[in-house]
Amino acid sequence: MKYVDEFRDGTLAAGLARAIAREADRGRDYAFMEFCGGHTHAISRYGVSDLLPANVRMIHGPGCPVCVLPIGRVDMAIRLALARPEVILCTYGDCLRVPASDGLSLLKAKARGADVRMVYSAADALALAAREPAREVVFFAIGFETTTPPTALVLREAAARGLANFSVICNHVLTPPAITAILDSPAAGELGTLHLDGFIGPAHVSTLIGSRPYEAFAARYRKPVVIAGFEPLDVMQAIRMLVRQVNTGRAEVENEFTRAVVRDGNPKAQAIVSEVLELRDEFEWRGLGVLARSALRIRPAFAPWDAEAKFGLDYRPVPDHRACECGAILRGVKKPADCKLFGTVCTPETPMGSCMVSSEGACAAHYNYGRFRDLPAVAADKPVTQAQESA
Amino acid sequence: MNTVKPAYVRPLDLSKGHVDLGFGAGGRAMAQLISELFMRAFANDFLARGDDGAVLPAPAAGERLVMATDAHVVSPLSYPGGDIGSLSVHGTVNDLAVMGARPLYLAASFILEEGYALAELARIVDSMAAAARAAGVAVVTGDTKVVEQGKGDGVFITTTGVGALPAGRDPGGARARSGDVVLLSGRIGDHGMAIMAQRESLAFDSEIVSDSAPIHGLVEALYAAVPAEAIRVLRDPTRGGLATTLNEIATQSGVGMELDEVAIPVSPQVHAACELLGLDPLYVANEGKLVVLCAPEHAGAALAALRAHPLGAEAARIGCATADPQHFVQLRTALGGRRMVDWIAGEQLPRIC
Repeated sequence: MKYVDEFRDGTLAAGLARAIAREADRGRDYAFMEFCGGHTHAISRYGVSDLLPANVRMIHGPGCPVCVLPIGRVDMAIRLALARPEVILCTYGDCLRVPASDGLSLLKAKARGADVRMVYSAADALALAAREPAREVVFFAIGFETTTPPTALVLREAAARGLANFSVICNHVLTPPAITAILDSPAAGELGTLHLDGFIGPAHVSTLIGSRPYEAFAARYRKPVVIAGFEPLDVMQAIRMLVRQVNTGRAEVENEFTRAVVRDGNPKAQAIVSEVLELRDEFEWRGLGVLARSALRIRPAFAPWDAEAKFGLDYRPVPDHRACECGAILRGVKKPADCKLFGTVCTPETPMGSCMVSSEGACAAHYNYGRFRDLPAVAADKPVTQAQESA
Repeated sequence: MNTVKPAYVRPLDLSKGHVDLGFGAGGRAMAQLISELFMRAFANDFLARGDDGAVLPAPAAGERLVMATDAHVVSPLSYPGGDIGSLSVHGTVNDLAVMGARPLYLAASFILEEGYALAELARIVDSMAAAARAAGVAVVTGDTKVVEQGKGDGVFITTTGVGALPAGRDPGGARARSGDVVLLSGRIGDHGMAIMAQRESLAFDSEIVSDSAPIHGLVEALYAAVPAEAIRVLRDPTRGGLATTLNEIATQSGVGMELDEVAIPVSPQVHAACELLGLDPLYVANEGKLVVLCAPEHAGAALAALRAHPLGAEAARIGCATADPQHFVQLRTALGGRRMVDWIAGEQLPRIC
């Protein structure tokens, strides 16, 4: 596939791997966090960590929209869909299996009679509302800055067309507060001084917000950030750039993903978002807790299309399962295999924690793609060059 | 003088008529549907007897019988490269074929939804009959039921097949051994993505055509080329795709697998469509592909036999079975790393980012 396969080329990857191995100082370790689930997925799916030297380690970050969605928000959607037969609850495919209270998920609520449908875009949900005027179409919107402009656009269009049977449960969250939270939390702070040497910055998120929002962060915490595309060669190139920054004592924001990201991002999309949405005072993140000014809600001018206002939905926080380590894993403090539930009662078929739900989640990525590395010996004809999966 | 007038039956309106509950009630309407639609399309002596079942000849000496069944509930009912009619033939014919059998007869059960257009039904039945003729199997008996509107999805078709297994052939999912070579008859993902592209929620145009085809010819070509005992496992990677099929074999046989991503054929269109939707072609359904686990010393001849067949022109050696107590299927990625290819968890759902 043109313009994609070029970024997955094995020969170029081998060349980059040699360059990273050459440039990485053998006398020290490098620990980098990829913030985004998209990077986590790319690293796991293409086996990027096999191409890294043993002293360069990747730590999965919390940037998986499904993983940071707290149980209480899913409960809210399930309660609405089960209580009101007129409601068609639409959401992205990844959301359907997120475990909620009482052993439910949106998929299981659907089996109990709720009308839950998977859509590929916010626009599909809006089109459904136009087609089904007798029903109440509610779009359960989640995601970081990438999926926010489409939600803002459909809200604006619903208002312009006076579509009274469409509304949105807005769960959109912001990247910069989450990155800051990782370094501010006590456990992660310790990790930061010891092991966290830099960040791979988001790809698609950065096309919207640009590279500027990371600048203050890099300066304040003295951590290099390299914004990278989601292809494996992007990730490897970014790792090389991070190694170079660490070696030369720099903590700058660099942009590997120049084919899509500019410093100021996409002002048009930013304008649409701020026309329709505004900052929430605080929002609960799964794993990171309640973070101030870290999420968006629908502006009062669009209240008729805000499902939380329209249906009087109330948020009831729900604690995670006691043994679930999703919180520590999302902050990069623990690895999936450190969790007692991992691979025993918590599997992709029956996820207990959110990290096991989305293929971008650290646990699901490790379970689906990397758990052979947990074995003492790999039973294959050719041994893996190194068994240091980053999860 | 006999004054009973000859019974007149108005022919079925196959252009504008619709399925009604009478077609499943066992009365004249049902008899008419059977004679004017099914018997006409499937025309054969077994069906022509009009009895409750088919009387089949005994298999040749030394042969055993193989039986398989498959229910088909595809949506949409038609897609580029096929429809539920041809699929219902290929599904069961292929299940027989991967048992090593020569498919002979099919039984077909139709569950029709009240209100379904007879013209559509006729088109599907004709397609099914054409597929059966092309595959050399006869639809020898059948059944029809009608469900109320809203309780079906137009038409569901279940087919059950009987085939003859020649002496000496005994492929089975539990027979793979460490060192066996994994062969694949062609590119993967075409069927699943052809259907995906037709779904209303996905507004993308594509030229992806389903690979729906009967594969027993490929199987025969294989057995003609290598000793029967060299063919350990045959499977058609349908639901859950190649990944699921290989995991099934690994678990059944108690082996691991080692695959080479570069060797697995995927068309550029399927690759692109999967990329757009965040899907993995390894998990997308196929309806005309064959997976073979073959003894290594005969793998070259087996591959050549597959490639010489029109359905196997792009056949490839994609990996091998390994000794692995965990029964993991592992993949050497195009990038040069490694990963597991695990069982699919639920349905493959698109990612958000």
